[in-house]
Amino acid sequence: MDQYIRALEKEHMREDIPELRPGDTVRVYVRVREGNKERTQTFEGFIIRIRGSGTGRSFTVRRVGAAGVGVERVFPFSCPSLEKVQVLRRGKVRRAKLYYLRDVKGKVKIKERRS
Amino acid sequence: MKGIIGRKLGMTRIYQDGRAFGVTVIKAGPCTVVQKKSAEEGEYDALQLGFEELTKERARKVLSKPIYQRFEHAKLKPHRVLREIKVSNVTDYKVGDVIDVGIFADGEIVDVTSISKGKGFSGVMKRWNFRGGEATRGSKFHREMGSMGAGTDPAKIFKGKKMPGRYGGVRMTVQNLKVIRVDAENGLIAINGPVPGARGSLVVVKSSRRP
Repeated sequence: MDQYIRALEKEHMREDIPELRPGDTVRVYVRVREGNKERTQTFEGFIIRIRGSGTGRSFTVRRVGAAGVGVERVFPFSCPSLEKVQVLRRGKVRRAKLYYLRDVKGKVKIKERRS
Repeated sequence: MKGIIGRKLGMTRIYQDGRAFGVTVIKAGPCTVVQKKSAEEGEYDALQLGFEELTKERARKVLSKPIYQRFEHAKLKPHRVLREIKVSNVTDYKVGDVIDVGIFADGEIVDVTSISKGKGFSGVMKRWNFRGGEATRGSKFHREMGSMGAGTDPAKIFKGKKMPGRYGGVRMTVQNLKVIRVDAENGLIAINGPVPGARGSLVVVKSSRRP
């Protein structure tokens, strides 16, 4: 992409987000505003997708919630309301997009990746 | 009124006050004032701006002789593009002055003029937002335009009936767009929302006519 667009994006890029890969289990801390109060919410799950580039780059975290309902949330890497991302476990996967995990019945098992 | 010539670079996402904005990035200026027109001289208040400086050798090939010589007479470096922009304060400018993105500030409302992307010979759904028909379920009516008018009376199709034809590739202006960021260092303007034209096409950014 254009070097000037990159330059403009640069100031919105965040350096503090750790390197993430599909298959990683993460805990995401997001600031949410309720009325005038601000508090931090966490969302824990594994990454099934990383897409885009520049300020539009985002990752999708999937979690199986109550009653076995799958919940997916998309977080832009450059999002200002993203407080921090904690990597709980590095996963070893052989695909860039883990959409097939949506159809897995029962518990999803991802092998651990050793660096 | 004030304005500047630039080129559309592309789109991206920018954050401001915790909100995300889809923006079009335009590399604008520097533009040189090549000629002044004023109402007192029997014309109207406007500046002729030159954009994209050329070397003399290059200019002789790119520009026609009459245009090239205008730069010679004005004792200015030749520019690839010449555009006129109406301004109210002609007297504030001199021939040879350079205008850059600094004339715009964050949050300002602007109009953007450019040549839209050519869409070729387009059907009525793309060109006039007709609804067309069902794709399946035994339907034999897909992207056609349907009825074109009444029958024996008036026994003609009215002028201006919306029909397929050439679409896009015309000069158009989008009004009242907000400037999200001005990067004076790189000569960039980031404008909220899309702007007509392909990447690399010439655009004119002016202060808004009807804010």
